[in-house]
Amino acid sequence: MAITDAPKIVTSRFRYDDAHTLARYEATGGYQALRKALAMPPAAVVEEVKAASLLGRGGAGFPAGVKWGFCPPGVWPRYLVVNGDESEPGTYKDRMLMERDPHQIIEGVLIASYAVGCSQAFLYVRGEMALAQERIAAALNEAYAAGYVGRNILGSEFSLDIVLHWGAGAYIVGEETALIESLEGERGMPRLKPPYFPAAKGLYLQPTIVNNIETLSNVPWIVANGAEAFSALGAETSKGTRLFAVSGHVANPGVFEVEYGVTTFRDLIYAPVYAGGIRGDRQLKAFIPGGASSPWFFEEHLDLPLEKVTVDRAGSMLGSGAIVVMDETTDAVRACHRVVRFFAAESCGKCTPCREGTTWLERILKRILDGQGRASDLELLLDVADNISPGITWPPKQTTICPLGPSAVSPVASAIRRFRHEFEAHIARNPKASGAVDATGSGAARPAALETPVPFGGHHG
Amino acid sequence: MARLSPENEAIAREILSRYPRRRSALIPLLHLAQEQDGYLAEDAMEHVAQLVGCTPAQVLGTASFYEMFKLEPVGRYVVNICTDIACMLLGADELLHHAEEQLGVRAGQTTADGAITLEGVTCIAACTEAPCLQVNYRYRYRMTPEAFDQLCDDLRAGRAEDVPPHGTLATVRQRIPADRAAGPADPSSGAEPAWMKGASTGGAA
Ligand SMILES: Cc1cc2nc3c(=O)[nH]c(=O)nc-3n(C[C@H](O)[C@H](O)[C@H](O)COP(=O)(O)O)c2cc1C
Ligand code: SF4
Ligand code: FES
Repeated sequence: MAITDAPKIVTSRFRYDDAHTLARYEATGGYQALRKALAMPPAAVVEEVKAASLLGRGGAGFPAGVKWGFCPPGVWPRYLVVNGDESEPGTYKDRMLMERDPHQIIEGVLIASYAVGCSQAFLYVRGEMALAQERIAAALNEAYAAGYVGRNILGSEFSLDIVLHWGAGAYIVGEETALIESLEGERGMPRLKPPYFPAAKGLYLQPTIVNNIETLSNVPWIVANGAEAFSALGAETSKGTRLFAVSGHVANPGVFEVEYGVTTFRDLIYAPVYAGGIRGDRQLKAFIPGGASSPWFFEEHLDLPLEKVTVDRAGSMLGSGAIVVMDETTDAVRACHRVVRFFAAESCGKCTPCREGTTWLERILKRILDGQGRASDLELLLDVADNISPGITWPPKQTTICPLGPSAVSPVASAIRRFRHEFEAHIARNPKASGAVDATGSGAARPAALETPVPFGGHHG
Repeated sequence: MARLSPENEAIAREILSRYPRRRSALIPLLHLAQEQDGYLAEDAMEHVAQLVGCTPAQVLGTASFYEMFKLEPVGRYVVNICTDIACMLLGADELLHHAEEQLGVRAGQTTADGAITLEGVTCIAACTEAPCLQVNYRYRYRMTPEAFDQLCDDLRAGRAEDVPPHGTLATVRQRIPADRAAGPADPSSGAEPAWMKGASTGGAA
């Protein structure tokens, strides 16, 4: 096991009940990194974050310092947009940072904006997070009054307004170009990349850096302690520490900050200091390693370190740092349906393979669960999946504007490959299952034969 | 129901002043309208359209995309039970079923007394605290049927003090003091920020 005593970087103040106040933040070293950064040339701050190899914590894992260097030179103004839209099933960490240490985020935003040359910053917080909204609003009000935010910050030439913005409920808005559309007052539908890479053409078509809450929460520590101290932690291609939420059938579900790339899935799921093993001493059946969109892992993956490249190579991803554990009593078809239902409900409806495909996947899975499945349904599921993401490969090929469509394919491919017999058992409950298929002679019902689909919950389309 | 009250219109103008383009204030202003009336009344949406400078149809187009905006009146308390994977594994379906029985409504409906609207929703980012719910966007973790019944009693008796009426999103608002404001960055200004001038790489090293 590799349970290390790496320092806490983003949760260092969590032991204080008043960590969200300016008084506590200042008493624990807060805003010292901002002072240090303001004494450096902006480009040197970018270099420092680049040298730290801080990977983005929003899902894609792109190096933050490199992204900061992507804005086309000489094009002004630039904007910073903070992604606080956390909503992928299993994912719970950004809300915690927003509620418990909002000044750390504000300081990260200030340093990033100073380094990149952003003239205004928008903190886009998921609308359903009332306490996070309140804590950030209170922290910003304090920070303005103390001279950390606004005009001529700490007496320097650096001026920046940070505007707290409310979301209104739509998972897809977490995708960075949809986030920008939403911030422009539109329906939150993703834009096509290229040409709409935010760093080049983002908010109001100006250069825009979009970063995740946890990513920016690391920045004050990096500036205060130096890139070297940060990159001394973690594995070769995954530096620092990272937050992982462990949920589902574990004895002690929770969010843990661990050294990145060193701790293994087994450590995190079984160690008494972390999730404490499967509850009721049951056996592990499967786990989702990186949020609902990641392909599932099993027993044989437990000893992999939580390290980006290793997990990518093993056929999944760490995504948003969300591990969902399923024990042996879990119905694989039900779990698969539940994850797919989420993506079907949250598809924005802009492209056909995603809008139609996720809906079909959901409906076919539903009828299998309801004992109405047909023998041809497994092939049909894979056929629909193949239309969304040709070849059903990892990393997925995309026929869609954004990765949401392929996200719905991961659980289907994972569950059918591993637990085909469970699907077949459900289908066998339908007395007409085989007969219906043989009667068509084609061996496969066409998706068009399904009734008009009505996805659960969402109404974005 | 009504246009924004003079008081809310003043808040709306303050919010508008922070954005480089008025249209960006649309969602925050819709929240304000919903806070006033508990849902999005037609007159309020028209007023918001005037304030942000777009048509009422555009306002409706945006509003109808987002789950939180209610185009019809809802109960004083909206109870959202998460039924996504992490919560489902720990009994969310059973909890929702219990709630339906207890309240005598199906998910998506409001109780006859207008007190509670029940909804089954997607992940609310409290997956390690499953099964969980939100009432007017305030969390309740690791729910049991008994805790649910207690919550309903408390709501109806006005004892849930941390839960404002539906529509009130956050009880603390950001205020940017005029003497500290840097001001919105006009996208068409082409203005290089003062602290970047002379920085040889333009921050894009
Ligand atoms: C469907 C979809 C949903 C996403 N949701 C989120 C989210 O809730 N929060 C987030 O930070 N990033 C989310 N992302 C990733 C963002 O597009 C973007 O990569 C990220 O915010 C960049 O920040 P980072 O580089 O600091 O990680 C999502 C991406 C997709 C495709
Ligand atoms: S893949 Fe789905 S969510 Fe993404 S743009 Fe297309 S329809 Fe919208
Ligand atoms: S799955 Fe229920 S809160 Fe995330």
